[in-house]
Amino acid sequence: MRSDHKLDPVLAADRARRNPGDVSSRSRPVLSTENLDADYGGPVVLDDLTASIPTGEITAIVGANASGKSTLLRALARLLKPARGVVYLDGADIHSQSTRSVAVQLGLLPQSPRAPEGVVVGDLVRRGRYPHQRLFDQWSKADERAVVRALELTGLSDVGDRPLDELSGGQRQRAWIAMALAQDTPVMLLDEPTTFLDIAHQVEMLDLLARLNRSENRTIVMVLHDLNQACRYASHLIALADGRIEAVGHPSEVVTAEMIERVFGLHVSVISCPVSGTPLCVPHTHCH
Amino acid sequence: MNRTARLCSAAAAAVLGLAIVGLVVGDYPVPARSAIATAVWDRGGEFDFVINSLRFPRVTVAVLAGVCLAASGLLFQTLIDNPLVSPDIIGIDTGAAAVAVAILAIGLDARLLPYAAFAGALATAVLIFTLSWRRGFSGGRLVLVGIGINALLSAVITYMLVRFPVERVSAAARWQAGTLSASSWDDARTLAVALVVLLPVAFLLVRRLRIMQLGNDTAIALGMRLEQNRMAVIATGCGLAAIVVAVVGPLGFVALLVPHVARSLAGALTVGVLLLTALLGSVMLLSADLVAQRLFAPTVLPAGVVTAAMGGPYLLLVLRRFNRAV
Ligand SMILES: Nc1ncnc2c1ncn2[C@@H]1O[C@H](COP(=O)(O)OP(=O)(O)OP(=O)(O)O)[C@@H](O)[C@H]1O
Ligand SMILES: [Mg+2]
Repeated sequence: MRSDHKLDPVLAADRARRNPGDVSSRSRPVLSTENLDADYGGPVVLDDLTASIPTGEITAIVGANASGKSTLLRALARLLKPARGVVYLDGADIHSQSTRSVAVQLGLLPQSPRAPEGVVVGDLVRRGRYPHQRLFDQWSKADERAVVRALELTGLSDVGDRPLDELSGGQRQRAWIAMALAQDTPVMLLDEPTTFLDIAHQVEMLDLLARLNRSENRTIVMVLHDLNQACRYASHLIALADGRIEAVGHPSEVVTAEMIERVFGLHVSVISCPVSGTPLCVPHTHCH
Repeated sequence: MNRTARLCSAAAAAVLGLAIVGLVVGDYPVPARSAIATAVWDRGGEFDFVINSLRFPRVTVAVLAGVCLAASGLLFQTLIDNPLVSPDIIGIDTGAAAVAVAILAIGLDARLLPYAAFAGALATAVLIFTLSWRRGFSGGRLVLVGIGINALLSAVITYMLVRFPVERVSAAARWQAGTLSASSWDDARTLAVALVVLLPVAFLLVRRLRIMQLGNDTAIALGMRLEQNRMAVIATGCGLAAIVVAVVGPLGFVALLVPHVARSLAGALTVGVLLLTALLGSVMLLSADLVAQRLFAPTVLPAGVVTAAMGGPYLLLVLRRFNRAV
């Protein structure tokens, strides 16, 4: 473990605001859960879930609809207080830490974020800088750099002045990702970052996340519906079924026809992807 | 200069222009130059009483009360994420009025009135907030509870007006219509003090409101302490609304309409939009006051009647656009 691991996250973020994007100079927080139960006041949604998110890697969470993927992500992002168990960030209960010091370490793209009426893209992305600002703080050069960079990385530089509600669904999704990028956190949690994107933009988005992971060592956790994309981009896979972990590990080790059968109730053949060599699931259907 | 700055300049010019008109027109004619001179640098003289004891304080109160109401409306509308919400609609004004009428009705010192009204507004806010709290905050629930409380308190006021001696409650009834004509420098001072405290807080809260607008999940992810900041917004919004009820009486629709106009002119919430809202609040109250003074002169209408008359049609317009959008 690196020596700066225990650095005060707010101080570290202050240092990092001078170098947005340079996440490597910051502490690299470790995220994990222990015996986590979660619900929304009704039936149990997450059931005794213990998982750890490998630092500096890409983790994909997969599972059927309503299996608890978003709930797990929300619990990891301290949006949901667990009924039992603990989420650890950097060795301490995430709920015991100041929400701001968590916000400079961990960013989130919710599944269906809500935009204020009439907001323009640049304005939305600028709001991602909130945890880096103080009460009387002026907008700094570093804030501006982070925003410009986020717009560039998501290919939105040209539409910065356009109202969000005049953009296509895919552009809108990229604007939200740009906001999460502007937050500039070493850990990014993304709930279905590729919905609304066409296939080219899906690949572009996942490539962008892979690049952020590789060049800046960001830890990325994302919920993905496309198993093949999950296998291709993630080095760690968490497969949920009914709020429990059904399988966990490197995709090439855990993705098998039996596992897919258990998680999705679907017959597939797993072959090796001709391009990347990662597992490729081909569903069996009754139509052929 | 960007769009919001241009709009703010125009609104500021309108405030100044309307204020001057407010000094000049009236039953007792005063030439424009003398009116300004008497108000600003040449106090005393022939027009001193008309200008400095009657019109200037009235105009000043209209400007300040307009700022308070409009800013309060913007805070509530942004917090609850609903353009059809304002402190007067969820019962804050009525709460203040109920306590104020009670003070007058049971014959307590009328000087207690501003404090009593202020306490009434805050108590109502706390009541609404508590009653609508169920496993968390919900803007929709807050509005529904507020509308219910508003109706209930209106009934209480009506009851008091009927139940108590007419010579006491007639003052209360007059106060309840919201009138600017009796405004004094004391009133202006009270409003100014409240603004000096609350307006900077409102400006500081804009940045937080911009985050809260993104929804609970995103706001928490960005490190927002939701509950504290919601309380701060509600307290500030209530304070701004309550002080106006306390000093002038309830003036409906200003807090509802002005923020809506400002947003449709200047877009998503920024510090500039709050400034524009504040200025347009003054514009609306100054215009309402002019109409109230002159429409049936020499009979003077309560300004609250005029703001309601201005607000009704505009509200219908907004609703129509709303319906078409859905
Ligand atoms: N806000 C909520 N209130 C009540 N129940 C909820 C809420 N959000 C989710 N649930 C319930 O929790 C369970 C898990 O939901 P979750 O959103 O975590 O599923 P998911 O795996 O993300 O599904 P999807 O693939 O459809 O996004 C579901 O049964 C759902 O009905
Ligand atoms: Mg989900």
